[in-house]
Amino acid sequence: MFLEILSRYGRVFLCGGIVCLIGQLLINKTKMTSARILVTFLLTGVVLEAVGVFEYIEEFALAGVTIPIIGFGKSLAAGAIEGARLGLFEACTYGMRSVAGGLTAAIVFGFVFALLFRSKSKTA
Amino acid sequence: MIGEKEYAALVKQASPKTNEAKTLFAAFCVGGVICMIGQAFSDVYAEFVPLDEKSISALVGMTMIFLGALLTGLGVYDKIGYYAGAGSIVPITGFANSIVSPAMEFHSEGIIFGMMARMFGVAGPIIVSGVCSSVAVGVIYYIAGAVA
Repeated sequence: MFLEILSRYGRVFLCGGIVCLIGQLLINKTKMTSARILVTFLLTGVVLEAVGVFEYIEEFALAGVTIPIIGFGKSLAAGAIEGARLGLFEACTYGMRSVAGGLTAAIVFGFVFALLFRSKSKTA
Repeated sequence: MIGEKEYAALVKQASPKTNEAKTLFAAFCVGGVICMIGQAFSDVYAEFVPLDEKSISALVGMTMIFLGALLTGLGVYDKIGYYAGAGSIVPITGFANSIVSPAMEFHSEGIIFGMMARMFGVAGPIIVSGVCSSVAVGVIYYIAGAVA
């Protein structure tokens, strides 16, 4: 039981760490901005899910690959693929539907916390 | 007057040396720990929250976004980011950070054109590329399904 948990979280740490290390390598070597790195990783997630590889990686890496922004792309693509079985309308809208929770949280919490807190550099 | 080469050498000497191995190690550790926190939420929710698997994973994402936004508001996330680099950018908490950080910074320019408009400086490209690519994937799968 303990060993099982250790191996689970060890894999999550290792895989999540590697994904971020790749991101850091991109920053160090190519001077990419954070927006560009995030878009690159997101599209990687979309492509991995679209070609059907993502579930095999996720089986091993668990949150190590779903918590990085790659997982956001995966959800978008997975929703679209699920919708495509139902019809063209669903194929276009189910991607957005599957990330509705995350986007809502990002926008609402983003707005509320920006209202509540002031930038440190401005108040200092 | 100093030559171009000498100037470049001076710049190199004066600019702070970023130890590359150190930045990679920090990104690895912080990124790994953030993912482990996400996994812990996922395991706890799976045990106690009566929702299906997909909703649970969405809920985990929302929780991490909440934490990222809160820590950004408190000014903690940017301190972590100073050391962690991509370790704090690549996880979904970094997405929340990229929304809250400019929203706070441009608060003084007003709610609508400062906060609401500037929130999407980094998040905008992510949402646009994500939604467009998901529609592309959906349409391709739909056509492939119709042909087969």
